[in-house]
Amino acid sequence: MRRLLLTIPAFVSSSPVWALECTNNPPPGSNLLLCDMMQAIEHQAVNPWVALAYLVSGVFFILALRGLSSPATSQAGNRFGMIGMLIAVVTTLATHDIANIVEILIAIAVGGAIGLVIARRIAMTAMPELVAAFHSLVGLAAVLVGWAAYLNPGAFGLLESSLRFSAELYDGTVISGASNSISPVSKVEMGLGIAIGAITFSGSVIAFLKLSGKMSGSPILLPVRHLINLGTLAVIIVLTALFAMAGPDQTLPLIVALTIAAFVIGFLLIIPIGGADMPVVVSMLNSYSGWAAAAMGFTLGNTAMIITGALVGSSGAILSYIMCRAMNRSFISVIAGGFGADASAGGGETKEQRPYKQGSAADAAFMLEQAEKVIIIPGYGMAVAQAQHALREMADLLEEKGVEVKYAIHPVAGRMPGHMNVLLAEAQVPYENVFELEDINSEFAQADVAFIIGANDVVNPAAKTDKSSPIYGMPVFDVDKAKQVFFIKRSMGGVGYAGVDNDVFYMDQTMMLLSDAKKMVEEIVKALD
Amino acid sequence: MDFISILSIFVLACFVGYYVVWSVTPALHTPLMAVTNAISSVIIVGALIAAAAADVPGAKWLGLLGIVLASINIFGGFAVTARMLAMYKKKEKK
Repeated sequence: MRRLLLTIPAFVSSSPVWALECTNNPPPGSNLLLCDMMQAIEHQAVNPWVALAYLVSGVFFILALRGLSSPATSQAGNRFGMIGMLIAVVTTLATHDIANIVEILIAIAVGGAIGLVIARRIAMTAMPELVAAFHSLVGLAAVLVGWAAYLNPGAFGLLESSLRFSAELYDGTVISGASNSISPVSKVEMGLGIAIGAITFSGSVIAFLKLSGKMSGSPILLPVRHLINLGTLAVIIVLTALFAMAGPDQTLPLIVALTIAAFVIGFLLIIPIGGADMPVVVSMLNSYSGWAAAAMGFTLGNTAMIITGALVGSSGAILSYIMCRAMNRSFISVIAGGFGADASAGGGETKEQRPYKQGSAADAAFMLEQAEKVIIIPGYGMAVAQAQHALREMADLLEEKGVEVKYAIHPVAGRMPGHMNVLLAEAQVPYENVFELEDINSEFAQADVAFIIGANDVVNPAAKTDKSSPIYGMPVFDVDKAKQVFFIKRSMGGVGYAGVDNDVFYMDQTMMLLSDAKKMVEEIVKALD
Repeated sequence: MDFISILSIFVLACFVGYYVVWSVTPALHTPLMAVTNAISSVIIVGALIAAAAADVPGAKWLGLLGIVLASINIFGGFAVTARMLAMYKKKEKK
């Protein structure tokens, strides 16, 4: 702490900017003060140990993701994540003056209890909805933190540092004060954090409603929607700029408008996107929630938040990319929305009736027993029918009889990246038997049976041959190379998400098993016994 | 910390994230999303700071609400990830 003698101009209490003039030898009788200059909290936060603690926390988060490179190390990874979070929270609590710790602990306990109950009860088929709901919470929390920082910048150390001081007059009176201005850079970061958080929130709420079936999965297309979206985006950018440049008294209406505009654009961005594209949307919102955390990290100068935000942001972006590639769709066209809008129209048109072979569970069981190698291709329909446990029983019986059984998973097999793997893991399918598209596609030529259950578009050869098909270019399984194909399907009507007919139904080596997936597999299991 | 130091950390962390996430096996992409969800709730740090300071009541209540939301995510996210990861089993040796 430095002791200085300052001349304080008369307008000291009203102006955000003080002209301070220092002198060591006050002339007697002049308007002089003895001041304690206070460094702003922003500068106190650069206590190296605190910064180090947040850095360690960030490194633990990196290790958490690194652990997921293999199922064997993944549980340790998850624990690293928990340790990182604990370090961040304890560091924050230990280095701030806390007015009321009880309130804070109650808030953590309430949230924690809700979270744990949800985590325990949620069905694995409902993971996409859960993740979307969780994203919305991160988004909303970012908005709240941004607003709290706006209302109480002093607590966040956002006030311009040289303008915070307390002074002791010679007669003993103490005056203290701080300018109420936040630096323009902090305001841009704050504005972006609030905007991204609000977009994440409203977008995730719509994604949640669509995924959980509380809202129709079909895209809602507003006329001139691209224009509306771009317009709203422009409004957000302009408002952020105005907010950054505005004087302390003019910021409130701007930040309110900014928050509302961001909520609206999150809503507008997701309503035109159809159910089939939800895996991309969930990944994209995952990315946004990361960028929101990063923007808040910039505002607070917090390393843990910045590292985490960057990790989560990249993670979501990469997953969106993987999903787009798996559907052969460009990211832009997904965002532009409208895919799947005419899916119902496709089902309605009259198609030529082509001959197909239908088989029974007994036929299928007989041929599966004779096979040396069986590749199972599960799709979301299997999960809807809850057939995964019966399917695993079938695979176990076949393995006991010496048949090699492998599972082939398409990246879009579930409702979110990796969803099918979780569903199979839940049914206790060992993960060594589960293969990704590119790892197993060459093996169909050696397979005796390709067993398709609840999947459709991912085995459709039209994706390779028919340039007019909406799924053209999407990587698909080469099931036509297998000696025998079993296709479990409820009926011959209803064709996949993309609404296209599938030549696999009519191949010579295909046997259609028309029934509920679970019932059919249970019958096969009975026949195998 | 000055803006450039923060930006440096951010840019480098983006690269770390890029390479770390590509090394995640596709079989674990759903747990990856659940755990990234949990860790992005490190935003609770901001909520704690807001809730700790009592001088502006509005900011304090926003902070407390933020703590509740982020806690749902932290506890829920890590717990559901742990639940999923526990299901990934190797083949039993017979």
